[in-house]
Amino acid sequence: MLLIHCPYCEDDRSELEFRWAGEAHIARPEAISEISDEEFAEYFFLRNNEKGLTYERWRHIHGCGRFFNAARDTVSDRFLMTYKAGLPKQPVPVADKMAATAEEKTVETWEATEGDAR
Amino acid sequence: MSASENSGGFRIKGAGRHTPARTARFTFDGKSYTALEGDTVASALLAHGVHLVGRSFKYHRPRGILTSGPEEPNALLDVSRDAARRQPNVRATVQEVFDGAKIASQNRWPSLTFDVGGFNDVLSPFFAAGFYYKTFMWPREAWHRLYEPIIRRAAGLGEAPKEVDPDHYASRFAHCDVLIAGAGVAGLTAALSAASTGANVFLVDEQPEVGGALHYDAATTIDGQNGYDWAQSAAARLKAMPNVTLLTRTTVFGYYNHGFIGLAERVTDHMARPGRDLPRERLWQVRTKKVVIATGSIERHMVFANNDRPGIMLASAARSFLNHHGVAVGRNVGVYTAHDSAYEAAFDLKRAGVSIAAIVDCRADPGAAVLEEARALGIDVLTGHSVTDTAGRLRIKSMTVVRNGGSDTRKIKVDALLMSAGWTPSVHLFSQSRGKLRFDDSNQRFLPDIYAQNCVSVGGCNGTDDIAELIEEASAAGGGSVSVTAANRFEWTGGMIGAAEGAGPDTAVKAFVDFQHDVTAKDIRLAVREGMHSIEHIKRFTTNGMASDQGKLSNMHGLAIAAEMLGRPIPQVGLTTFRAPYTPVTYGTLVAHSRDDLFDPARKTPMHALQAAAGAEFEDVGNWKRAWYFPKRGEDMHAAVNRECRTVREIGGVFDASTLGKIEVVGPDAAQFLNLLYTNAWDTLKPGKSRYGIMTREDGFIYDDGVVGRLAEDRFHVTTTTGGAPRVLHHMEDYLQTEFPHLKVWLTSTTEQWAVIAVQGPKAREIIAPLVEGLDISNEAFPHMSVSECSVMGVPARLFRMSFTGELGFEVNVPADYGPAVWTAIRDRAEALGACLYGTETMHVLRAEKGYIIVGQDTDGTVTPEDAGLSWAVSKKKTDFVGIRGLQRPDLVRGGRKQLVGLKTKDPRDVLEEGAQIVADPNQPKPMTMLGHVTSSYWSENCGRSIAMALVAGGKARMGETLYVPMADRTIAVEVSDMVFFDKEGGRING
Ligand SMILES: [Zn+2]
Repeated sequence: MLLIHCPYCEDDRSELEFRWAGEAHIARPEAISEISDEEFAEYFFLRNNEKGLTYERWRHIHGCGRFFNAARDTVSDRFLMTYKAGLPKQPVPVADKMAATAEEKTVETWEATEGDAR
Repeated sequence: MSASENSGGFRIKGAGRHTPARTARFTFDGKSYTALEGDTVASALLAHGVHLVGRSFKYHRPRGILTSGPEEPNALLDVSRDAARRQPNVRATVQEVFDGAKIASQNRWPSLTFDVGGFNDVLSPFFAAGFYYKTFMWPREAWHRLYEPIIRRAAGLGEAPKEVDPDHYASRFAHCDVLIAGAGVAGLTAALSAASTGANVFLVDEQPEVGGALHYDAATTIDGQNGYDWAQSAAARLKAMPNVTLLTRTTVFGYYNHGFIGLAERVTDHMARPGRDLPRERLWQVRTKKVVIATGSIERHMVFANNDRPGIMLASAARSFLNHHGVAVGRNVGVYTAHDSAYEAAFDLKRAGVSIAAIVDCRADPGAAVLEEARALGIDVLTGHSVTDTAGRLRIKSMTVVRNGGSDTRKIKVDALLMSAGWTPSVHLFSQSRGKLRFDDSNQRFLPDIYAQNCVSVGGCNGTDDIAELIEEASAAGGGSVSVTAANRFEWTGGMIGAAEGAGPDTAVKAFVDFQHDVTAKDIRLAVREGMHSIEHIKRFTTNGMASDQGKLSNMHGLAIAAEMLGRPIPQVGLTTFRAPYTPVTYGTLVAHSRDDLFDPARKTPMHALQAAAGAEFEDVGNWKRAWYFPKRGEDMHAAVNRECRTVREIGGVFDASTLGKIEVVGPDAAQFLNLLYTNAWDTLKPGKSRYGIMTREDGFIYDDGVVGRLAEDRFHVTTTTGGAPRVLHHMEDYLQTEFPHLKVWLTSTTEQWAVIAVQGPKAREIIAPLVEGLDISNEAFPHMSVSECSVMGVPARLFRMSFTGELGFEVNVPADYGPAVWTAIRDRAEALGACLYGTETMHVLRAEKGYIIVGQDTDGTVTPEDAGLSWAVSKKKTDFVGIRGLQRPDLVRGGRKQLVGLKTKDPRDVLEEGAQIVADPNQPKPMTMLGHVTSSYWSENCGRSIAMALVAGGKARMGETLYVPMADRTIAVEVSDMVFFDKEGGRING
């Protein structure tokens, strides 16, 4: 179970209190009714689903109720930082980023172990 | 007979740590035995000379007790207090004896000494590795009749109790600075060190007492004391510290993300008469800043022919039975080893008066110190020799010994054989924490290498063999410092992995690698020969390491044998990943309080009890219990619903609508916010009026619906579907917080604040009028879709004039606590006037008669407002709302989309099945072209016929067309119609 820092409550709380809310930094287009089909598809349907460093939204649904952003490494499940909704995408501190990349190489994942068997 | 004789003829006077006078009686397979308090089932049985305790999984071979700890693969027993308190597959080496325990062997029929399944051993060529995949491939029919029943009866391990578990289980959360797994020398030292810094420390050990390896290792002295005694005094010191929590009989079974640790504490399994208030087991969910893994190492067996007879066990286990339990595992004991540690077992037994037949050491050069001691004690040591076979059907009688590379064999009589191939570091928790292992080539073992979490491994599990180094390492890991001095008698060397002499690739002997799953060295080689080159494939093909012991003894041997066959170094063959739980955890522990009423708690409305008293049948809607229908004496559901439907339209009915989701939307920008969230226009809605609203997602599909009343310029009372309330609020919050944060709006869930009583039918006004105060509810003053605050029976209320039946209707909202009183008054008036209570089934029929949709039943997440015939609810004037762009997508505006229509069966008595598929031509070849499906279907007493709603491709252009619903036994012809089956003019609603 993950331990997540809520930037509003300024506290580390258990994953039980949170709900994941999809990829972060996807802004609803200003004049949405005027965008093209391709732009709509990009906005609504397409997601990066990246391995490694990813920016995502969480909601402290059983706490303060606020949505916020998080930078998480999907391989190590380490949260590199969390920050309030509305702030621009935050650069990940360099040291943490290196630690995250190092882990990506060394941590045993399903792909790295069982995946080899295929 | 003295107490010690009572407790078994193999007790050694003066040995062990139990008190001879404290006895406990138990039965094993119906026979009564006496044990000493503190005995495990294993030590108690061995004290009476009982080695044979079970039959193996596949071959039904007689098996004994192999270990003295949680890694035990053989001695799995059925332990019970009574019929309901019975647990199968309990490890005899873990379960403590309690007075009155009833213990039984498993996997044998008709008896342990004569077992029919033993023929599997003779038939073993058919049960070789991969037999699941090969032997039973043909013929198909034989699976059901022959193979499966046989496999199920013969292969099942243990039998689950059929009664409900009468015990209760507890669950706790905890937080700490340092959690230490394992309370041996390393764990205790780390705990003393950590505790000295003032840190909040959890020290956890799976055994009843601390000490770890000191249970068997009687030769280590610490701070001038016997090691075990030092451990107990260290534990006493720790227990006295307020910042230390010491848990014994508690297994660290899982190491999860971010320092989250699962512990299973066995609270009462060792007690003869546990108090009713005690939970049987307790689940601890601990979040810790740091973990110190001090889990030690596990001894490996030797892999040689017939290494599985009762009486053959690990050397350390025999030491543990002697030094801790005071039990000799035989009278004439042999040792077969590749490691110095087994010598100490022989020394201890010899000193206790047991004869040692011989120490057979496959190495040419064992450690000099142990050799010298053996000589001094007069023990025969055969170096450079191997045990290549054993004899004895239900208990080992002899071992066959041969000089390595030689051919002359000799049999040596033994009644027990102790073995050691060396020690495997317990890296399970480290591996669970996602740490990366490295292979220590010189010692043939995997050790922690790269850490993924804030943890540190110390002692045996870190490959630290020297006790002084171990203490230094553990003290540092604790973060403080502690001074402990310790000394071993002997330094240990040696160890091997893989098959021993006489069990190599050129042999066909049964040399067991995995005892619990009956996997032999030959099986692993076969897997390689059949093309399995990855350890993951070999594991699945042979099932090596896949039993409940997770290969604690077998993994390294299996890996070495595979590597040898593949001609590749071990690290390249790889190690399978360790998973939680470390040892099996009962469902009871994991479930804890979440059972019975607390498993999935029911939500009940304030009027639940009143409706139950009125005879309601309830249905589950999400977690809600909703009154379904109210049968009168002699009525079935059909009759009750028909009566309720008729009565509501003729006179009136009262319905509990409290489960509808309710959200209070407040603030100067509330109307603007709703404009963005719903397809409708809300700024045009005047205070005191309400409107049916549709919510779409960005993709244009219907997400939810409900009536929204405007109480004031800045206050809306929003209702949602019963199941949709949480997600609708989440959806609203998402937009409010992240897309429209400039709007001044507050959202509050009020679902449970209001009791909602719907009163519907021609006499609805007459029913409620005398109870309503401060509001003129005449049709002129309070027409359809009005809303107002008023008071009902003196209670502040919100009154809606609205209808989900097509009749004149009101919904009375009062604070939840007043619900029962107001319900009672309304019900009494209603019944006096001839109206009735009605439930959700009648509500469904009545709304279908009017063609009102239910989101989630008539829509499925791919239906637009246009498809549902609700385009009138989509504002054409707004420049933005959630879904405005999605609705313009090419696929949503094309012709021929599935649209919601009515269906009338040609035979009015036919009631369609919901979900049935619809076709244009029932005679077309299969697979038929499906046009859509029935979404709602009922018998309508008011229409005197069946009615249905359906999603049909191009449905609105098919009015009057005949379509077909093919069923298993016949085809039903239907006519496409509009969805309003009753009161097409809609006059009744304005009554
Ligand atoms: Zn928060």
